[in-house]
Amino acid sequence: MRTITFAQAVREALAEEMRRDDSVFLMGEDIGIYGGTFGVTQGLLAEFGPERVRDTTITEAAIAGAATGAAAAGMRPVAEIMFSDFITISMDSLVNQAAKLHYMFGTKVPLVVRTAGGSGTGAACQHSQSLEAWFCHVPGLKVVMPSTPYDAKGLLKAAIRDDNPVIFFETKRLYDIEGEVPEEEYVLPLGKADIKRPGSDVTLVCYGGMAPRCLEAAEALATEGISVEVVDPRTLTPLDTEPIIASAKKTGRVLIIHEACKTAGFGAEISAAIAESEAFAHLKAPIMRLCGADTPIPFSPELERSAVPARKDIEQALRRIVQQ
Amino acid sequence: MSIGKESMAAMLVSMCRIRKFEEKLSELFAAGMLHGTTHLYIGEEAVAAGVCTALAQGDMITSTHRGHGHCIAHGMDMNAMMAEMFGRATGIAGGRGGSMHMADIAHGNLGTNGIVGGGHGLAVGAALAAKMKKQDHIVVCFFGDGASNEGSFHEAANLAAVWELPVLFVCENNGYGFSMAACNAMRVEHIAQRAESYGFPGKTIDGNDAARVYEETVAAREYVLANGPMLLECLTYRISGHSKSDKNAYRTQEEIEAWRCKDPIPFLKVMMLESGFTRHELDAVEAEAAQAVEEAVKFAQDSPYPQGITQGVYAEGGRA
Repeated sequence: MRTITFAQAVREALAEEMRRDDSVFLMGEDIGIYGGTFGVTQGLLAEFGPERVRDTTITEAAIAGAATGAAAAGMRPVAEIMFSDFITISMDSLVNQAAKLHYMFGTKVPLVVRTAGGSGTGAACQHSQSLEAWFCHVPGLKVVMPSTPYDAKGLLKAAIRDDNPVIFFETKRLYDIEGEVPEEEYVLPLGKADIKRPGSDVTLVCYGGMAPRCLEAAEALATEGISVEVVDPRTLTPLDTEPIIASAKKTGRVLIIHEACKTAGFGAEISAAIAESEAFAHLKAPIMRLCGADTPIPFSPELERSAVPARKDIEQALRRIVQQ
Repeated sequence: MSIGKESMAAMLVSMCRIRKFEEKLSELFAAGMLHGTTHLYIGEEAVAAGVCTALAQGDMITSTHRGHGHCIAHGMDMNAMMAEMFGRATGIAGGRGGSMHMADIAHGNLGTNGIVGGGHGLAVGAALAAKMKKQDHIVVCFFGDGASNEGSFHEAANLAAVWELPVLFVCENNGYGFSMAACNAMRVEHIAQRAESYGFPGKTIDGNDAARVYEETVAAREYVLANGPMLLECLTYRISGHSKSDKNAYRTQEEIEAWRCKDPIPFLKVMMLESGFTRHELDAVEAEAAQAVEEAVKFAQDSPYPQGITQGVYAEGGRA
C-alpha cells in the first residue's frame, strides 16, 4: 500500500468530497493561492476555483459565523481556523449558534471546522494549545482528533458528510508523518474508537499528537515483557466508550495520555467514564493520566519539550502502573 | 416611486398584529403567566413591517433578541410564536427556545437570537449560500444600535463587502442599547456612516414612517442584488422598557411621551385614509389582529408541554 503524509491525506479528503458534492466548499485564511499555512490546501484552488476555495480576510468570528449561516442555508462549508488558538474568536458562532440550531429549530448545520493545534514547533503560548476539551463540553458539537493519515482522511470525509457541526482537530506536528492510505475511496465512522495495538497488561488510551509516541513506547515495552493495548478514541464526542471499558476490564490498568494540559482535560472525562463503568471492579490500580503540564506552552526548545509527555515519560508511566 | 395600496394594507396588518401580540405579552407577564423575560418591539413596528413587506419570496432574515416584530412581519405563525412563549410543544421551537429563539429556517427566518450580534455572521453566511446557489435572494440582517458596536458587526460587514454578498444590514437605531444611550456608545452620529468604512452605501431614514421604510427597502433590495451590501439605518424608538424588569431609570417620561406622539401605527393610518381606505377598513384590521392574538393565546394554553430533553441534540444521518 502507498504511504502519504497526514497533510496529503487531509488534502485528498477535501478534494474527494468537493468533487462528489457541489455544496462542499472551503473558506479560511490563506487557503487559496498560498495553499494554507501548513500547505494542506495546496492545489485545491487550481482544481476548484475561487468560488469553492475562498480566501477570507483575517476574521475568525465571521469565518465561523458565515460558515454556520451557510450551513444552515443548505451548503456544506469546511471552514479553517488557521491555529486552533484563534478559535477563541470564533466561540460565539460555534457554541451559541452552530451547536444549538438543531436542538432548538431542527435545522441541520453540516459544518466542519478544521483547525491545527499542538506544540513542538516553537510557536509558543498563543499558537500551540490543545483546546479540544472545550468543545467536548458543548452538546451539539462533535469533536474529532485523528492521529494517523489513514484516520485523518477517512474521518474528515465522514465529518463532511455528517449533518452536524464537527470540530476537526489536526495536530500540526503530525502533518509530515507518513502512513499507509489506500488508493481506493473509504470512509471511517465518527464515534468509533480504534485499537491501534492489541495487548493484555495495560490499556493506554491516547489520541492526536501523542498517539505515535505512545505506540513507540508500547513497542519498546514489549521487549520488556509488558503488553500494552493502545486505544485511540479518534472521535472525542460522541465517545465510543465500549471498547475503552472492555479494554480496561481486560487489563485492569489504565493510563490516559494527551498533550492538552492535565487539569480538566479530556482525559478526566475518559477516566470518569471508566471509573463509573463495570470495569471498576476489575481495576488493579487507580486510573492514571499523563498529560501536558498545566502551563501555557513556552518558547525555549527544552522548556517546550518538557511541557508535554515525552516517550521516556510514557515508558516510565507504563512501567510504574504495571508494578502497582 | 410610491407605495401601492396592497402593500400599505399588508404593512398595517403586520403592525397591528405586532402591537397586539406585544401588548398581550406585556399583560401576560404582568399577570405572572409567562416564564423568563422578553424584549418588546412596541413603537418599532414600522421597521419590521416596512422592510419585510418589501421582500420577495425566498429572501431571508436574521433577527435579534427583540425579534417578535420581525417574525410576525416575515409571516411566522403567531399561534406557534405564542405557544413558544408559553413553553409548549407546539411552539415554533418546540418549547426549547422561548422568546429569543424563534426561527423558521425553512421559510427563510434564521431566527431571533439571544446573542447581541449573533445574527451578523449568520446573515453573511446565508447570503453566501444564496450567491453560490445563484439565487436572486437577499438576506436582511436586523440589528440594533448597540449591536453595531460588537466585533461581529465589523467582521460581517467587511466580509460581506469584500465578497459582494447580498446582505441588507438594517440597523434599528432606537436610541438605546439597553440603558446606554446611543450617543454615549459611539462617537459618530449615525450608524449609517460606518458603512463607508467598509466601502458600501449607508442611509439613515425615519424608521417610524412605514411607507418610507418600505420604499427604501425596495430600492435597497435592487441595489444589494446587483452590487453587494448596503446599510439602512432606521431611526425609531422603543416605547417599552428593554426587558420586562426595566424601570426606565436611564430616560425620562417626557422623552417616552414625545415618541408616543410619533407612533408609527396612527401615522400609517393617516396615510392610508388619505389614500382612500375607510376608517371602517382600518378598524377591521385592528379588530382582526386582536382576535388573532386572542386565538393564539388560547392555542398556546391548550397545547401540551414538551416531553424529553435529550432528543435532537444531534441530527441523524448525513450525506451518503
